[in-house]
Amino acid sequence: MDGVHDMGGMDGFGKVEAEPNEPAFHAPWEGRVLAMQRAMGYAGAWPIDASRFAQERLPPQVYLTVSYYQRWTLAMERNVIERGYADADELSAGRALRRGKLIARKLSPDVVKQGMTRGSFYRQAQAAARFKPGDRVRTKNIHPMTHTRLPRYARGRLGAVERVHGCHAFPDAVAIDKGDNPQWLYTVVFEGKELWGPEADPTVKISIDAFEPYLDPA
Amino acid sequence: MAQHDDHHEHGSELSETQLRVRALETVLTEKGYIDPAALDLIIEAYETKVGPHIGARIVAKAWHDPAFKRTLLDDGSKAVSALGHENRVGDHLVVVENTPALHNMVVCTLCSCYPWEVLGLPPVWYKSAPYRSRAVKDPRGVLADFGIKLPANTEIRVWDSTAETRFLVLPMRPAGTEGWSEERLTQLVTRDAMIGTGLAKRPEAVA
Repeated sequence: MDGVHDMGGMDGFGKVEAEPNEPAFHAPWEGRVLAMQRAMGYAGAWPIDASRFAQERLPPQVYLTVSYYQRWTLAMERNVIERGYADADELSAGRALRRGKLIARKLSPDVVKQGMTRGSFYRQAQAAARFKPGDRVRTKNIHPMTHTRLPRYARGRLGAVERVHGCHAFPDAVAIDKGDNPQWLYTVVFEGKELWGPEADPTVKISIDAFEPYLDPA
Repeated sequence: MAQHDDHHEHGSELSETQLRVRALETVLTEKGYIDPAALDLIIEAYETKVGPHIGARIVAKAWHDPAFKRTLLDDGSKAVSALGHENRVGDHLVVVENTPALHNMVVCTLCSCYPWEVLGLPPVWYKSAPYRSRAVKDPRGVLADFGIKLPANTEIRVWDSTAETRFLVLPMRPAGTEGWSEERLTQLVTRDAMIGTGLAKRPEAVA
């Protein structure tokens, strides 16, 4: 969806300000949110793409004003409720009022290490890769109302395939519970001027990782 | 940008968030989905075990051992997993090398994708609107915010992490470090150098 989360190339947000000696968390609740997200992921409650999509669906004025882990909290509440893991009245009450759903597995202290290792996103290829390194491609001009990983600044643009990363679960499908729909994944490189016009810095190139359905031959 | 300032400036919002997070944890625990003791261990790991020191060891080894560097650039996940650290990395780590002619910088414009296993949690600035918006359009301006000025003819390559691939920058080894041990080299490797918003420290900075 064309939301404010898709920030590449926007102006007006100001300088990047680094915080010296930044702690891992700025408040204990941030760590709890992150760890709950990990635990619910391990439980198979929802995929990471659904977490991202829930954040993208926050009203833009909320997305831009709350902190990073507040966004995670709001997105988690949404997934918990929408997917039937708890009801809104339970989150309001701060206690369970009904029995829980069955989950695939539970992150217990003895398996935390496994729970912290990222899963693989490789999937069995359904067809041969359509592109190879060096191929010229044009990204599609798409504007789905749902989750996509093709950023706005790189739509309808001419680029070159640089790397082939194998066949991966397709976030656009996974986020809306349409299965893995495996797709080939490529690093596609663009000249700065192709994205930002003739005045762009000629020494800059930008790449995205693009799933095959985002690309046409050019 | 003041994402973290919220915690200081708006006490009432903070306490509302605290209450919501506590409610979530209580409900999810009572429902049988999560175990608070496991959450404690995850938090402890991110506070004490997983961080840029892991990436720094990988970089120092690549500087020190040309054969390892070749395998690292060829297949980051495989090379790092073969080290047998307790930190297993997922399948999708890609390491990109800085040279005098090419400087790499990593961003996630759509959310906050970052190589957690080798760098720990991303800093607030990496997840902030200023960085996410500008890195792909004005990388030299972003580098200036970090006090870095590259030669005008150095090519800059910005990697937008739009899939599950995760990128780690292999910074240039500073001159004047010939004969240094791998251990000593690790001191030169900063987190920002491995994101591409910084350079490795000069040897005199750690002498």
